[in-house]
Amino acid sequence: MNATTTSASNISGKSAGDSLRFYGVWLVGIATLILLPMIFSSGGSLTSFSLIGIAIVFALSYNILLGQTGLLSFGHAVHYGLGGFAACHVMNAVVSHGWPVPLPFIPLFGGLGGLAFAMIIGWVMTKRAGTVFSMISLGIAELVASSSLILRSVFGGESGISTDRTALPKMFGWTFGPQIQVYYLIAFWLVISAIAMYALTRTPLGRISNAVRDNPERVQFIGYDPHVVRYIAFCFAGFFAGVAGGLAAINFEIANAAYLGAIQSGLVLFSTFIGGVAFFFGPILGAILVTYLQLGLTSVTGVWQLYFGIIFIGIVMLSPGGIAGLIMMHRPLARAGTLQTVIPSYVVAAVPTLALACGVILTIESIARTHSGQSSPINLFGVAFTPASPMTWASAAILIVVGFFVARLSWRRVADAWDRAATIARDRGYLA
Amino acid sequence: MTAAIELNAVEKRFGNVGIIRDLNLSVAQGERHAIIGPNGAGKSTTFNLISGHIRPSSGEVRLNGDVISGLGPFEINRRGLSRSFQVTNVFSRMSVWENVRCAVLWATGHRYAFWKNVDSLPEVRERTSQILDDIHLTHRRDVPAGLLTYAEQRELEIGITIAGGANVVLLDEPTAGMSHAETDRAVALIRRLTEGKTLVIVEHDMSVVFGLADRISVLVYGHIIASGTPEEIRRDPKVKEAYLGEEAH
Amino acid sequence: MLELIVISTLNGLLFGMLLFLLSSGLTVIFSMMGVLNFAHASFYMLGAFFGFQLTKWIGFWPALLLAPLLVGAIGMAVERYGLRNTHKHGHVAELLLTFGLAFAIEEIVAMMWGRSPVDYRVPALLDFPAFTIFSTNYPAYKIFMLAVSIVIFVALLIVLKRTRVGLIVQAALTHPHMVGHLGHNVGRVFMLVFGVGSALAGIAGVIAGPALVTQSDMAAALGPILFVVIVFGGLGSLPGAFIASLVIGLVQTFAVALNGSLASAFGPLDPSAGPSVLTDIWNVTIAQVAPIVPYLLLVIILIVRPMGLMGTRES
Repeated sequence: MNATTTSASNISGKSAGDSLRFYGVWLVGIATLILLPMIFSSGGSLTSFSLIGIAIVFALSYNILLGQTGLLSFGHAVHYGLGGFAACHVMNAVVSHGWPVPLPFIPLFGGLGGLAFAMIIGWVMTKRAGTVFSMISLGIAELVASSSLILRSVFGGESGISTDRTALPKMFGWTFGPQIQVYYLIAFWLVISAIAMYALTRTPLGRISNAVRDNPERVQFIGYDPHVVRYIAFCFAGFFAGVAGGLAAINFEIANAAYLGAIQSGLVLFSTFIGGVAFFFGPILGAILVTYLQLGLTSVTGVWQLYFGIIFIGIVMLSPGGIAGLIMMHRPLARAGTLQTVIPSYVVAAVPTLALACGVILTIESIARTHSGQSSPINLFGVAFTPASPMTWASAAILIVVGFFVARLSWRRVADAWDRAATIARDRGYLA
Repeated sequence: MTAAIELNAVEKRFGNVGIIRDLNLSVAQGERHAIIGPNGAGKSTTFNLISGHIRPSSGEVRLNGDVISGLGPFEINRRGLSRSFQVTNVFSRMSVWENVRCAVLWATGHRYAFWKNVDSLPEVRERTSQILDDIHLTHRRDVPAGLLTYAEQRELEIGITIAGGANVVLLDEPTAGMSHAETDRAVALIRRLTEGKTLVIVEHDMSVVFGLADRISVLVYGHIIASGTPEEIRRDPKVKEAYLGEEAH
Repeated sequence: MLELIVISTLNGLLFGMLLFLLSSGLTVIFSMMGVLNFAHASFYMLGAFFGFQLTKWIGFWPALLLAPLLVGAIGMAVERYGLRNTHKHGHVAELLLTFGLAFAIEEIVAMMWGRSPVDYRVPALLDFPAFTIFSTNYPAYKIFMLAVSIVIFVALLIVLKRTRVGLIVQAALTHPHMVGHLGHNVGRVFMLVFGVGSALAGIAGVIAGPALVTQSDMAAALGPILFVVIVFGGLGSLPGAFIASLVIGLVQTFAVALNGSLASAFGPLDPSAGPSVLTDIWNVTIAQVAPIVPYLLLVIILIVRPMGLMGTRES
């Protein structure tokens, strides 16, 4: 999973070591998925793992658009949601008609639901790329979300469409009642989808999608219609988003209007971008992090969404390559053996940066808690602060001001250390 | 034999301004044809008209006898016409190898295939490495195109243009901004790569033009004032007056 | 019926003019800077909440002046410290920055003022019926809103036609590539344009707040409609944005006012058929469809005329 989507290095002379490492990464990933519930077997962690698995499939499907084809969609949840509804309806139909379709095949129907809508609406939507596509995607998302409340017979109105996953025909004696069985079902589809989406990046279509992303004008002069390329990529993204929606429908045994709403579309954009769009594994990291934060922060703070917004703005402004971009930035240094010269400056810079972050958190929590009438103390690394007390305000102000200036200084030193390390790496031929 | 490219009474107006007026041009099969003219004469516009980048306001463009005006650029490209750009126009975030390989894919019939592994298509691989060899960029194959030097990007631009195996090649100022040594190298490259093909070239460097072209057309204010062999053009008084006189290279 | 037509026309014009206050700024910013400001509706929301808060502290009339200035200042800061630094990463990064901002602003507003509507009232001076048509009292405040938006509309026209900055903006609308040649003060022009656009959105918020609902989700509700307006009108076209604003304002207002459905026009369906998509569509009232009307218009225009009503540019 290390191969980048932008440059493929080992084309003709793929060494045995490279391909071993390549398959090794995938095998380790699969082994992790199998072993995770054996190590963390509580109901809470099983639920979290299931949600993370769904989020990964969804984020990877989104990156077919954003990272591979350069299409920034604000309405990707439409396909996710329609996939969820399709899955629910198929499950209910299977039960009422007694069709011999076991549960593990249901996500496929979710995918077909997402694909069908992508095929219908995609041709018009992908006529144009760039900002226009983004705006249209938002409009279509609003259209579908609003329509879903009108077409009650299909979408079940406010309450949604519910279903019973255990009523379907059994497979291998599994009822899919217990969460652990659902988790393995999700893990199975995660592996299948991830392999399929990775393989897609290594096909002629995948490569041409990259070309369309970089330079749609030039693509026309090497024989390709960028509109067709965008359309096919859009359909694939719709299909896998539908698979994710189908998995969600199985997991929650319900599909409702929230599935295809703006918040869901925003979350997948956040996950993918924070993780990093330029690398295949970026959205995986992003989905893990965002889902984990979402689950973890809700119990700690009432304004977790604000923190999301701030993290997202920070990534956009400071590291548009996302977490994956940050990690991969260091690969040439590691290869050239100069990484250790940078690390001390990171450690130094981390202290004031953390102080700054603590100051911001104190401020936000103080405001949030006083405005919502809570007076529970803010617990920061074992230190309890009373919201909006003079002591808290003073600490926050000092942390922010001092943290900001010291952080600025120390990050400048990081940049210097980086330049030195990169120069050596370049001399040694590890950096273009 | 039908002409490779034929322009009949082509006009292009932007609003009320006529950029191209009554343009007639015929390029024979296998001919190396240069279009010269002062800045703003409409040379690049002519290329854009031929390659389908913009549509003529009136008149028709024919490729090997078939009318192509009104078709999209990709349709024209599929009929065997390829062009390069004056401003380097490559896929900057992709590697040199990927750039050339993408340009090979349509011509080798893989089109929009999403069921084939792009790395295990032997004819694609061979053709791509052949072209990388031809443009002397094999040693830079894994470098993102955006990080190449200017001269390397110009060579890659030519590589992408010829990679699809088009029979009619349009090169828009391929040596612009190059040093003398780089220009010589590029000319040799162009000569070798367009062997047996029809070549139309827009160029400012007169030594390149007169060294390379079988025939030359002179474009002034969107209209061809003279067309002929290098000798005829050199002697043509109209050309001397309208072009060589005011902007000697 | 006539009563409904007159009242809805007035309300539709009003809503349309409000939309234009927002879409004009959005269009100019997009044309000059290539940035689709996702947070534009958020500035409108900030205008409403600042208006509400300042009205409580210093009264409505000073607030009407001060709140837009505050919003404009925030807009300029966003341009100067946010967009300008993000510009090197391309338009997608810029768009994402404004998207993140819109998200963060909504959360901040919810944190400060809560998620339920605030009690932002029409100023006492304007709290009387302006006139009575048939049996309906038309509030004076709405006439005031209409007047303010028309005054601003005229002022904008004069600025565009008569001032240097106006000429630059006009040139940028027709020849976007020329903006780069403005020289060293291009940054200041951008900041100014962004600030004025945000302030206009702020004014719209201050005056719309008392008449509509001032709530932390008002930006998210209006933002997509704004995008529909500028795509519908044709990207980069101010006349297009104007026409589209009025069209969408009128269409939506009329839709909300109409209670008819296919069932009321043609009689109910055979009840034995049971619930289906057909019965859903048959029984839905036009008022219930109103929220999706702008998006239906968007889809139709994309199929019929992809560059929008008055658009000339492909992208």
